[in-house]
Formats: sequence, C-alpha cells, structure tokens
Amino acid sequence: MHNPIWSVKDLTKHIKRLLEEDPSLGEVWVKGEISNFTHHSRGHMYFTLKDEEARVKAIMFAGNNQRLKFIPKNGMRVLVKGYISLYERDGQYQLYVQEMQPDGLGSLFLAYEQLKTKLEAEGLFHVTYKKQIPGYPKVIGVITSPTGAAIRDILTTLYRRYPIVQVLVFPVLVQGDKAAPSIAKAIEILNLLGEVDLLIVGRGGGSLEELWAFNEEIVVRSIFASRIPVISAVGHETDVTLADFVADVRAATPTAAAELAVPHLMELKRSLARMEERLQQAMGYRLHQAEDRLKRVMRSNVFRRPRQQLEQYEQRLDRLQDQLVHSVSKLPAQHRSRLYKLEKRLLSQNPQEKLNLLKQRLGSTHRLLVKAIQQRRRDKCQLFQSTIKQLDALSPLKIMDRGYSLVYQEKKSLVKSVRQVNLGDILKVQLKDGELDCQVWSMEVKS
Amino acid sequence: MTKAKDPEITFEEALIQLEEIVEQLENGDVPLEQAIESFQKGMRLSQFCHQKLENVERKIELLVNEGEEWVKKPFIVEEEEGSE
Repeated sequence: MHNPIWSVKDLTKHIKRLLEEDPSLGEVWVKGEISNFTHHSRGHMYFTLKDEEARVKAIMFAGNNQRLKFIPKNGMRVLVKGYISLYERDGQYQLYVQEMQPDGLGSLFLAYEQLKTKLEAEGLFHVTYKKQIPGYPKVIGVITSPTGAAIRDILTTLYRRYPIVQVLVFPVLVQGDKAAPSIAKAIEILNLLGEVDLLIVGRGGGSLEELWAFNEEIVVRSIFASRIPVISAVGHETDVTLADFVADVRAATPTAAAELAVPHLMELKRSLARMEERLQQAMGYRLHQAEDRLKRVMRSNVFRRPRQQLEQYEQRLDRLQDQLVHSVSKLPAQHRSRLYKLEKRLLSQNPQEKLNLLKQRLGSTHRLLVKAIQQRRRDKCQLFQSTIKQLDALSPLKIMDRGYSLVYQEKKSLVKSVRQVNLGDILKVQLKDGELDCQVWSMEVKS
Repeated sequence: MTKAKDPEITFEEALIQLEEIVEQLENGDVPLEQAIESFQKGMRLSQFCHQKLENVERKIELLVNEGEEWVKKPFIVEEEEGSE
C-alpha cells in the first residue's frame, strides 16, 4: 500500500469531514473572551474566542445572532454553544456559534440546557402527553402573582372574550428562591381541589433570572403531573422556559394564554346563531323538498282531475251501452220473422204428431195383418184338409189295399224292373200288412 | 324541553350534539319524521346553549390559606395603574 498524493482540496475536504463526523465536536460549549469582534454589514458576526493560552476563530451567523439579548463586545466573557467545522477557502477550522450567553449567566443557561436535555430524554415534552384543553371551560385556575400586569391581562382578556367563565386565582411568588416550590404546590393543590378544568400558569416578562422559577425541575414536573390541562404563559414571546415545553399549550404572553383558554363569546353566539340558521335552513329545505314532492304527486292527473279518469270510463260505458241497446233493439226487427219461421219449422218437426200418425198406421196395419193371418190360416187349413184327402187317396197303402205290393232289393231299393235282379236274389216284398222274403227262381222279361 | 334541560349535559356536549344534528339534517338522508324530531331537538339544544351563554355570573375568587384550610375569597382586580 503506497500513500496517495492528495490535492489540497481533497485533503481539506477530508479534514473537514473528520471534524464534522466527530460527535464530540458536533455540539460544544466553550467559555472564553471575545476579541477581534466584527459585525459584518450583512449581519454575520466574526470574532476570536480566547483565553490565556489559546484562541479559536468563531463565526455567528445572522440567523443565530438576531436572537441575542445582548450585544457582544471585545473583552466580554461569554459562554457559547456551537459546532466545529472547517472553512475550506482559508483552510481554517472555526467555531460556528449558535447560542451565546454572557458568562455571568452562563452557568444558569448551562443548567437550563442540561435540564432540558434530561427531561426531553425522559419524554416529558413529548407530544403524546399533551392534553386537550377544554373548549368551553367553566372554572379556570390562574396561578400567578395576584398583583402585576399578568393577572390583570389574563382577567381582562378572559372577561372580554368569555364573561361566563369563573376564575380561581391562586396567588404565588413568581420570582426568587421560593417561587418554584410555591408554583409547584399551587398546581398540586388545584389538582387536589378538583374544581378547576383548566390552569393558566405564568407571569409577565423579565430577565432570565426573574423567569427562572419556570425553568426549575420541580415546576416542570408538577406541570407534567397535572391532570388538569395547563397553559403556560411566561414572559414575552422570546422567552421560552421549560414550563413552556412541558405545558399542554404554550402561550407567548399572559394575554395570549387567556385568549387560548376561552372561546370568544360573541363568536360563539354568532356560530350558535349560524348553526341555528343552518338547522332551520336544512329543515326548511327538507320540508320544501317534501312539499315539492307532494305537489308533484298531486299535480298528476289522478289527483288534479280525479273525475277525468272516471269520465274516460263513463264515456266508454255510455258508448258500450249504446251499442248494446242498439244491437238488442235491432235484433227483433231483423230476426223476429226468421225466428218465427224457424220456430214453426222446428214445431213442425215435432215428432209427436208423426208418432201419432205412425201409431195409427201401425194400428191399422196390425189389424190387417191379424186378419190376413187368420184368413191365411183358414185357407191353409182347408188346403191342408183337401191335400190330406188327396194324399190319403194317393197313399201306397191305399193302393196296396187294392192288392199292390212293393219289392225291395236287399239294400231297400225299390225294384222296378226285372233287369235289376238276378236269379237267386233274395227280395223283400212289402204287402199291406207285412213283408215277405222271396228268392227269384226264374225270370221272364217282357219287352 | 326535557332532554335539553338534563343536568348531565354540558354546554360542550350540547354544542357537539347540535353540530351533529345540523350536519345530519344538511346531508338530508334522514326520513322526514326523524328530521322533524332532530330539528326540534336541535332547536332545544340551541336554546339551551344560548341560555348558558346569557347566564353571566362574573365570579373571580382568590384562594387563600387560612391555617390549614384553603379558603375562597372574592378577588378584587387591582385598578390599572396609569398607562395602557
């Protein structure tokens, strides 16, 4: 590994980075005496901070030195807070001063910073602990000196804005050694009393020492412990105490605290009136809307001319009735004759008459038939008698009476010729009163 | 008037209820009967709030330690000294 060759710029940048990365140089407190002080026309302050053995260049930019409550001078002993960095163009390390206090107060200021850091680390200032202040407090506890501008400002403002609020003043010492315990105790007692729903803790403006009670741990912790929301109102706008950090709301001045504590009655009344107006408007609108809807419905034909709907039907009914009457009245005229004809035809087709006729015919025919049958029977009987007589006359038995006989061959066939028989044949001869079996002995054929 | 006179209700609660009612009515999605009821309640709440605001009773007291007791005494605001 060989050493690289640096450019001056790179070397300077490297050193600068080293200085800036060192956490112990990121926030330094330095005590010293001011010399070579210049306040540049553009606002920045350049000086050297020195003691008996060393010196360091220092700069305080306008943005920081505007808040100074004193004017630094050569020879003044001061306590400064800042960080170390390097001005590249000159290759000069410098102290960049952010805050400066005259050294007499330096220790107090340091104490403030240290306590602030400690309490902050504990989370006392954290936003999650901030309580909501009531919108319309009933009783406000004011913890301050009973005399002086602060209490007067607070009360005047409270009553100007919101005369209906009640105030309970807790008189305390606001400066000196006994101030902090007195304030802390007041906060504690008002919390125990439980009548008050908002606290204003503060005092008018003063020097850092005069405001000091509001930077003391006991006060800060009692504000933190208060169940009642606290508005802090310490000094003027530029004074920020630890009480301000821990309070639920910080007011820049006592007057501002009173303004934050209560609403403006007139505004409240106005907004109430507005609300009432809105209420009436909304209701009016609602009613109007409903009315409109009703009107719209009523305007429909059904309601506007209820008879019209009926008239339609009336008319139609009339027409139908007319048609009916007309067609009915036409019906007899046109069809009556036809109906009669049909009726006659229908009556003529009445089967009863025909039936009677047929019955008559049946009766006479029946009589004729009976007569005919009887006649015929008589005839047949006569015929039968005569035929019987004839038959009797013709009967072979009658002939056989007269001496004739019948000759049969074996097979009952009548023998009418000699040729039918042979000699020796057995023949049967039927006589009037019996039969004879005979054998042919001889034959004589007569031609 | 019974509801608005309920001793439990605070000015702030009344005001919040009133605001809710106004918004509800302005949104217009409430049935008419309910809207009328809400409206009446809103007017009662508004009256109640007005009464609270009119009821001015200027009262400033000072808490004084008497022996072991903390006692309230009327507080007289000191007269303004000269300027301002």
